Amino acid sequence: MNNAKTLQDRFQPLFDPKGIVIAGASSHPGKFGFVAAHNVLSEGYQGKVFFMNREGSEVLGRQALSSLEDLPENEADLVFICTPPRTIPDMLRISARKGIRAAFIAAAGFGELGEEGKALEEELARLANELGILVAGPNGQGVISTPSDLCAQIIAPYPPRGHIGLASQSGGFIQSLQNYAHKTGVGVSRAISAGNCAHTGLEAFLEYFGVDDETRVGLTYVEGIEDGRQFFEKARGMTEQKPLVVLKGGATSGGQRAAASHTGALASDDRVFDGMCRQAGITRTHSLEEAFEAAASFATHPLPRGPNVFVLTTAGGWGVVTADRLTQSRDLELMPIPEDLRAAFDERLPPRWSRNNPADLAGSETRDTVAECMRLAAGHPAVDAIIFLGAGIQSNLGLMEKNGRFYPEFGLERIVDFHFRQDARYAKLAVDCEKEFGKPILMATELVDCQPENQAPAGMIERGVLAYPSSWRAVTALEHLYQYAHWRKRRELPALQ
Amino acid sequence: MNSPANPDTRTLSEFESKQRLAQGGVPMGSEKLVDNSTEAVIAAEEFGFPVVAKLCGDAIAHKTERGLVRLNLRDAASVAEATDALLASAQPEDGARGVLIAPMVGGTRELIAGTLVDPTFGKCVMLGIGGIFAEALADVTFRLIPLSRQDAEDMIANLEHQSWFREFRGEPEVNRDELVAILLGLSRIAQNSEEIVSIDINPLIISEGSPIAVDALVEVKS
Repeated sequence: MNNAKTLQDRFQPLFDPKGIVIAGASSHPGKFGFVAAHNVLSEGYQGKVFFMNREGSEVLGRQALSSLEDLPENEADLVFICTPPRTIPDMLRISARKGIRAAFIAAAGFGELGEEGKALEEELARLANELGILVAGPNGQGVISTPSDLCAQIIAPYPPRGHIGLASQSGGFIQSLQNYAHKTGVGVSRAISAGNCAHTGLEAFLEYFGVDDETRVGLTYVEGIEDGRQFFEKARGMTEQKPLVVLKGGATSGGQRAAASHTGALASDDRVFDGMCRQAGITRTHSLEEAFEAAASFATHPLPRGPNVFVLTTAGGWGVVTADRLTQSRDLELMPIPEDLRAAFDERLPPRWSRNNPADLAGSETRDTVAECMRLAAGHPAVDAIIFLGAGIQSNLGLMEKNGRFYPEFGLERIVDFHFRQDARYAKLAVDCEKEFGKPILMATELVDCQPENQAPAGMIERGVLAYPSSWRAVTALEHLYQYAHWRKRRELPALQ
Repeated sequence: MNSPANPDTRTLSEFESKQRLAQGGVPMGSEKLVDNSTEAVIAAEEFGFPVVAKLCGDAIAHKTERGLVRLNLRDAASVAEATDALLASAQPEDGARGVLIAPMVGGTRELIAGTLVDPTFGKCVMLGIGGIFAEALADVTFRLIPLSRQDAEDMIANLEHQSWFREFRGEPEVNRDELVAILLGLSRIAQNSEEIVSIDINPLIISEGSPIAVDALVEVKS
């Protein structure tokens, strides 16, 4: 793993710097140079922090250096540059002399403006190579790294700690994905808004994610690919280690026109890109929420060992629609219920339960029925994955009763408490069963969106395990898990840890 | 014929194209290149009737549209007549080399397969559902060269119309191993050649379940 060591070493100053200097740090709260300084200090970065601006003025109560020349040597290894394009070459030269090994360039005004800007980018890349500095950007919105509490970005939010590595050609998507991380509790390891990728391409970040111990899954937004072969090779290098989720902008002619003006990307046949993804074991997605949910699923659920899905539900209609979705799936199977599992359910449920898959408990659950049935299904050797529907409905009612005019009289206090406790137990149950049996158990309920404080989704958010706003989306995520597991199996790659 | 999209390339004749593919390991249907109607009849009798006759030249691409393919010739007289007519209709710019006689391959299903160079990802293999509904179905899949066996198998499995590959109107299901062999052969040929720009096998007729390359064009750098 010498290559892994080299890669880790190369990206360490960007993602785990021992010190950072913000060039162009500003005292004006409306400027990027202020926001970057604010976020680095405010989110708790523990390394050394230096500010630099031409005036040498104070920023957030700290004295700024008036030149990078005044920076002490070997105290910082990352420079975050918020100054205009023409100042950048000199900044990089001085930085290199001061022991800095990585630079993030936020400034716009490069390849996205056409030929002249492209030439500037090429010059930047040449200089970076000459100086031995890793350059990210330009036209990017920042870098974050939760293991180092580093929030060097000019956007919000700072996501919780976790295992998704984000690399995007659009800073806006980094923001969106971090918002999802914040909302779902499924956190991020590293995030890079790679901008125009003048020196360090997306594929290089993906290659790094492949060997980064903090990252369990990569998620990348791509518009243009300069060297398709290199992207393919590096992406496949990563997927042999861990999953990679891709959202591609510019899949249609309308999208391609938009992409050309956004990052200067060139068009290629989308069907070739699609085939490349399948060949490289890349999880291709077609919307932001699908992309995040796929990555968050990889980060928090085990891979299914086979296609057989069992649906456990407390109400009929949800199960029926989920059965339709599974039947249409090209990958997954709505498995027939095994005889011994049916018999075991019969012992615990009144006769009105569905006696089939989906197992509709038909409101017949008592205190421990759901837990017992889930453990039986998860423990059955024929079941590869479970979709769990109906969690949260008791607390949904409980909340209404609690807010109603009769609470806490007439026994309401006691029953509301019971409802809340039950749903809290279901979240714990889903996560515990998944761990114990090593099979994905996906909870789906609209309450994830409609009432995230409800005990069932809240219990999942608290544990940092993804729950799904609909069974449709849970099945889509499960398809992605299955496809990747299947890709690995067919290529005789070892099972993931 | 020089492809109008790319003046730096030319296509090999159908006969030469098929030879190139056969040498590279892509199984081709049997056929014979003849100069006149007497040879044509001898070839047809060796194959057994019915046969197909096609004008073959260095620069003929749209044979069907120009009426240069004569199908289902059932006896010596119609083979001789067709051969004479095809030779007579050749234009000087066709670079005609003779007439190809081949057994009539029967089957209702057609595929298209080939290779191309994508501007971003380089050399690729393509597989799609062919025939008269090819454009309407638009069921095509690509993989980058070189293909592994799994990649080739996945290409077939990734096409949208899987029922198309199963038993169909009394014809057996498509032999996937034979199709995989064709895709791997295409991958190998394109990988090993600096000269080949694209390969187009169209149609690849499914006859008794076996994919048979009935027509092929290889485009090379000029």
